Amino acid sequence: MADLTDGRGAVKRRIGTRLWLAGGWLTLLLLAAVFAPLVAPQDPLAQDLFLTRLPPFWEKGAEAGYWLGTDSLGRDVLSRIIYGARLALVVALVAGSITCIIGSALGLMAGFLRGWVDLVISRLIDIWMAFPPVLFSILLIAVIGPGLHSIILAIVIIDWTRFARVIRAEAMAQGAMDYVASAQVAGRGRIGTMLREILPNVLPTIVVLLTLEMGIAVIVEAILSFVNLSISTDDPTWGGMIAEGRASVYQAWWVLVFPLITLFLTVLAFSQLGEGLKDRFDPVLR
Amino acid sequence: MSFLSVKNLTLRLRDNRAPLLRDVSLEVSAGEVHGLVGESGAGKSMIGKAVLGILPRAVEIAGGEIWLDGVDLLALPPAARRKRVGGLAALIPQDPLTALNPSRRIGPQITDRLVDILGWKRAEAEARALDLLGEVQINDPARVMRQYPHELSGGMRQRILIASAFAAEPKLIVADEPTTALDVTVQKQILRLIAGMQARHGTALLFVTHDLGVVSKVCQSLSVLYAGRILEQSTVRDFFAAPSHPYSAALLGATPKYTDPEGSLTPVPEAIIAGLRAEIAAYDEAHHG
Repeated sequence: MADLTDGRGAVKRRIGTRLWLAGGWLTLLLLAAVFAPLVAPQDPLAQDLFLTRLPPFWEKGAEAGYWLGTDSLGRDVLSRIIYGARLALVVALVAGSITCIIGSALGLMAGFLRGWVDLVISRLIDIWMAFPPVLFSILLIAVIGPGLHSIILAIVIIDWTRFARVIRAEAMAQGAMDYVASAQVAGRGRIGTMLREILPNVLPTIVVLLTLEMGIAVIVEAILSFVNLSISTDDPTWGGMIAEGRASVYQAWWVLVFPLITLFLTVLAFSQLGEGLKDRFDPVLR
Repeated sequence: MSFLSVKNLTLRLRDNRAPLLRDVSLEVSAGEVHGLVGESGAGKSMIGKAVLGILPRAVEIAGGEIWLDGVDLLALPPAARRKRVGGLAALIPQDPLTALNPSRRIGPQITDRLVDILGWKRAEAEARALDLLGEVQINDPARVMRQYPHELSGGMRQRILIASAFAAEPKLIVADEPTTALDVTVQKQILRLIAGMQARHGTALLFVTHDLGVVSKVCQSLSVLYAGRILEQSTVRDFFAAPSHPYSAALLGATPKYTDPEGSLTPVPEAIIAGLRAEIAAYDEAHHG
């Protein structure tokens, strides 16, 4: 009789290469950001007009201590990337989490409670999604003024629909399952059913969306810095570096390319982390 | 006084007011097993769902009464109704694959209801769950309590759902085609299990099925439904001896015979269906203009 379980319980999933690489890169970035003053080889703001446009270390004319070269004001590219990671990660974690909580809560309520709650939230989502997001965020920042809080607020206000839409659909699908009916026959109320029965089943999706959202938050922050609407212009940001690098790409390609690669890897790592975690979290796949 | 008494229950779709149940009445006494039979769409599941208060959102109750243990459920506010039903009735659902929450372990899914809603002590509830899992012939219940639904086979899950339905000693269980989603060999075991549990616990059972063979084995009385109307109600013994409605007789005739495996399948004759349709149309005409 015990064989009836046919060993499904015994299957253990390995942590994939994907999860290792994504997690590894993000950990590295996080450590670099937290310990930036210790690991950055130079002061990210220090200008040195004798050391402008130094190439990265493997090219002729490179200076020791300036591993990825310097920009047209003689500031160290690597140090600026490391300091830029601070802002990028703070925005990713804080904006991503707040967006996730608000969006998921609204989606869950719309999808499970249905009725007028769904009607209101769904209409709101439809209206919201008709705004072009980048333009909307630029407009928003222009109105409330640049700064860390503004970036986070802009991301939350624009992106909650991503969560709300998907979680609503998931909650609707779960709500149609027999286990929900059983819970209700057993006397559990609507809210209790939503939190105890539905939420655990949409959690894997929420986690995947959260990590994707963190990647998106990094991009949005870069876009806003690119158009100079992020935080004060002195502090290094990836977007700001890309904007500056674009101007001198023919003389010093590294000023553009290295922040771009960092940005790309970070966004990719967030999305891959989500996929990897989904495999681990989902009890049906686990 | 019957334990469950449904009086003139009428259900319809919220959108277009299309009727799903038309003036359905039935009585189930304490400890009785009552079969609800009919084709797909006849409304047999809807009766069970209405009793338990889990009708789909698109369906509304247009009239009637549902008396459970002397109280009209439809006259109660939703919270009180849920509480009353939760204490007296339970469900054995159709599809064991979706009837257990995939992200939670088996144990809490059985005991939660006892602890959270009926106020049992956790240890008591766990002991009860272990007992019941043993009663539905699950080996090593302690281990199964710690497993997730996906680790178990369909038959195992249906056993767990049966155990769970009996956990709070309900007076009425609605079994909504409990064997339809299982394969034939498992169906028999599950059927025997439900019948045995019912007899031991003396629970009234509303058994929804489209299988007359199942009814003859498990039920004491039955209602035959067609398009939301009850055509015939009688004891199982009388029904199988001499069905009174021509549709029932045709249904019985359409059941493939074990003794005649070569015999062709006889559909219900067109004339009877046409007669039923006319009857339903006349009813709708009279009731809704």
